[in-house]
Amino acid sequence: MSDATAAADTTLAEPGPWRRILRRKLAVFGLILIALVVIGAVFAPWIAPYAPDEQHFEGLTLEGAPLGPGGEFPLGTDLLGRDLFSRILYGARTSLIIGVVANGLALIIGTLIGLTAGYMRGWLGTVLMRFTDLMMAFPALLLAICLAAIFQPSLWIVALVIALVNWVQTARVIYTETTSLSERDFIAAEKTLGAGTGRILFHHILPHLVPTLIVWGTLGISTTVLLEATLSFLGVGVQPPTPSWGNIIFENQTYFQAAPWLVFFPGLAILLLALAFNLVGDALRDELDPTQRGRN
Amino acid sequence: MTVSAKQTSGAASAAAPDTQVLDVSRLCVSVRAQGVLKPLVSDVSFQLRKGQTLALAGESGSGKSLTSLAIMGLLPPPAVQVTGGAIRLGDQDLTQINEATMRDIRGNRIAMIFQEPMTSLNPVLTIGTQLVEAIRAHDPVSRNEARSRALEALRAVRINQPEQRMMQYPHELSGGMRQRVMIAMALALEPEILIADEPTTALDVTVQREVLDLLRDLQAEHGTAILLITHDMGVVAEMADQVIVMKDGSVVEENDTKSLFAAPTHPYTQALLSAVPRMGDGVKPAKDAATDSVLRLDNLEVRFDIHGGLLGRVTHRVHAVEGVSLEINRGETFALVGESGCGKSTIARAIVGLAPYTGRIELKGQYLEGADAQERMSRCRNVQMVFQDPMAALDPRMRVGDLIAEPLVIHGIGTPAERATQIADLLHRVGLPAEAAQRYPHEFSGGQRQRICIARALSLKPDLIIADESVSALDVSVQAQVLDLLQSLKRELGIAYLFISHDMAVVENVADRVGVMYLGQIVEMGTGAQVFGNPQHPYTQRLIQAVPVPDPLHVRMSDVRLTGEVPSPVYPVGKSPRRVKLVNHGEGHLVSRSKPEVVE
Repeated sequence: MSDATAAADTTLAEPGPWRRILRRKLAVFGLILIALVVIGAVFAPWIAPYAPDEQHFEGLTLEGAPLGPGGEFPLGTDLLGRDLFSRILYGARTSLIIGVVANGLALIIGTLIGLTAGYMRGWLGTVLMRFTDLMMAFPALLLAICLAAIFQPSLWIVALVIALVNWVQTARVIYTETTSLSERDFIAAEKTLGAGTGRILFHHILPHLVPTLIVWGTLGISTTVLLEATLSFLGVGVQPPTPSWGNIIFENQTYFQAAPWLVFFPGLAILLLALAFNLVGDALRDELDPTQRGRN
Repeated sequence: MTVSAKQTSGAASAAAPDTQVLDVSRLCVSVRAQGVLKPLVSDVSFQLRKGQTLALAGESGSGKSLTSLAIMGLLPPPAVQVTGGAIRLGDQDLTQINEATMRDIRGNRIAMIFQEPMTSLNPVLTIGTQLVEAIRAHDPVSRNEARSRALEALRAVRINQPEQRMMQYPHELSGGMRQRVMIAMALALEPEILIADEPTTALDVTVQREVLDLLRDLQAEHGTAILLITHDMGVVAEMADQVIVMKDGSVVEENDTKSLFAAPTHPYTQALLSAVPRMGDGVKPAKDAATDSVLRLDNLEVRFDIHGGLLGRVTHRVHAVEGVSLEINRGETFALVGESGCGKSTIARAIVGLAPYTGRIELKGQYLEGADAQERMSRCRNVQMVFQDPMAALDPRMRVGDLIAEPLVIHGIGTPAERATQIADLLHRVGLPAEAAQRYPHEFSGGQRQRICIARALSLKPDLIIADESVSALDVSVQAQVLDLLQSLKRELGIAYLFISHDMAVVENVADRVGVMYLGQIVEMGTGAQVFGNPQHPYTQRLIQAVPVPDPLHVRMSDVRLTGEVPSPVYPVGKSPRRVKLVNHGEGHLVSRSKPEVVE
């Protein structure tokens, strides 16, 4: 936006996009959920009733089975007698970092590659897209295991590894959309006005990709959280006993029938987080598109 | 071409030639938005007789297409619905019957052809398959019989080599050919009524002529009643017996064609008819030629490679522009006319740097070639372009103010405050309120959007504006206003225009000089008076004769039945079209003496 009208904007009665989002009930619900998860993660040491890796003798039945929800342990205990609620709170830290950082990084890489390839075409576009195809041809898990084996596993390395295998789909989708957008008349009009490549890419094409990015971004949260869980399960992810929502599910999935709460609660947490981002993303998409504004 | 299943109804209506086939009475169509019914078409009544052509004329938003969709029972559900009146086909009220009965009527008794034949044909099925299916959907005949009837229908619409065409896919046919296939499909079942919704709007003028001739001949043969929906008063004058002029969903005037054109009574009809550009209006004396040239093209050539074969080598080339030379002086309107694919838009794209070219482009005495990027950019400021579809040419996510300021921001001109005043200035100049700057393009009408595009083009104070079909997508009354705006800008600011259009009447009204393009070359060039008053090249004559004249009394020379399609500008590598030589026919009126042909 030019400075000229940016100045004029302030005189405008029309509220900004964030203000309008607050008028949408579902979006507010999503924002509250996200806020709860963030608060839970940040203040886990003060909120959590126990330490996440503390094993309680009274946390197991006499036969050594985990306790169900209720009583001293609000969400029950796991196979080692650890408090599930505390583990989920601490796990939120890992999962938020994976879901937001890894996923965000993947989106950025995918967008940059897709944009460049889609707008430039030519040999550069071909090289970039063939590389993307190559990455797609390998199972993501295999690549992640290889990468994780090379680096020392830590939370940030795991996030980086997930980003490095997850950008491919985004790049493909962005590439396709960019190629069709660059054919549109208003891009040709920009070129005739003398606009440079950077301006066209980031000022005129990127805003049109926001809806797609939001959809991929919110879809990516649940898949990255689960990919992290898979990696943890295979021993190349976040190292136990550090909890993450994914590895709580993975540790306990074989006991699903005997102790369903062990899978249900972390699963519910992932679901709610993905849902929250989805709701906010939907509202953001509608509010950022001036032609959609004011509908429903 | 008698068809057994149709004989009963055919015989009945043949008995009385004046039989009314369709009776629309007090039709109302409304849209439901936020729980409120908003009327789109109100109180429209008309009767259609066998063998008659009734034209529904009007500008966009007049409700003419909705009326036709209501007759076909194709109103987009659930929001838009018929809310009153009756549509009687024989003794049936089409607004009361269910979808299954309607399906039987559609195609069988009422057929429809649309504006864009490519989107109405299924791209993955052959023409033959689609025709046979259409016939068998209504008549339980054998595949072989349906096939022979399809062939017969293709012959009836004068498609050459119908057997081969049956095996081809829609994209292999030209636009005019596809529209004829649509007509064949519509008429294969011998419907009583044919609804033609802007049937020739997407076609070139010579092809339009062929399709209109064909429709008229078929009607004379079969006695089909035609409901013609069009915005083009020229087409109305040539085709219709009776005209209904619609505006904002209601009928403003109804009369037989001759009386309506001779003496329109309603002010809207009068305004509409006076806004229609007519051939013969614009012949004005060539003004004193200013000698400082703004743009000079010297032997401009644009070719696009077509790759083929296993190794992806260049096997063919599209010779889009072949050695075009022309000069535009300050304050002059130079028009390029020609049919689609003749290369006129490609010239525009080459000038503004959207297409690679060879040859020389000279802007205000300086060559574009050899200049570095910076110099090139600053010279490009002198040439701005206005595109055909203003909605597509404006970034929908930007406010109008930002859109107009965009060129200033790109070239780093002015402070934000200066830009803001300039935006207000430009908006005022193109006749828009200053508040428009805060709104988005989709909140404006087509004509207003084109004004925004013009304001954006003006912001860099260019010497030359390229208007590529800039008024083609607009309604006639809006078109006239935008043309007026362009004229007044030319007078006040001394801007020159390169005006590209397929519409001969518009060109004649605005152009000082005209170049007629055919297959990438200029075949005739001269002042408007020279080219339109005394066309020398056969192609120019053919183009001018094909233009529909908005005068029902106009008598067309009957011997010029135009046939044949424009050949393709694609040549194998090593071959190229022969360059035409332009010979001076007197006072700068240049005419080629030959047609472009292939040479080794």
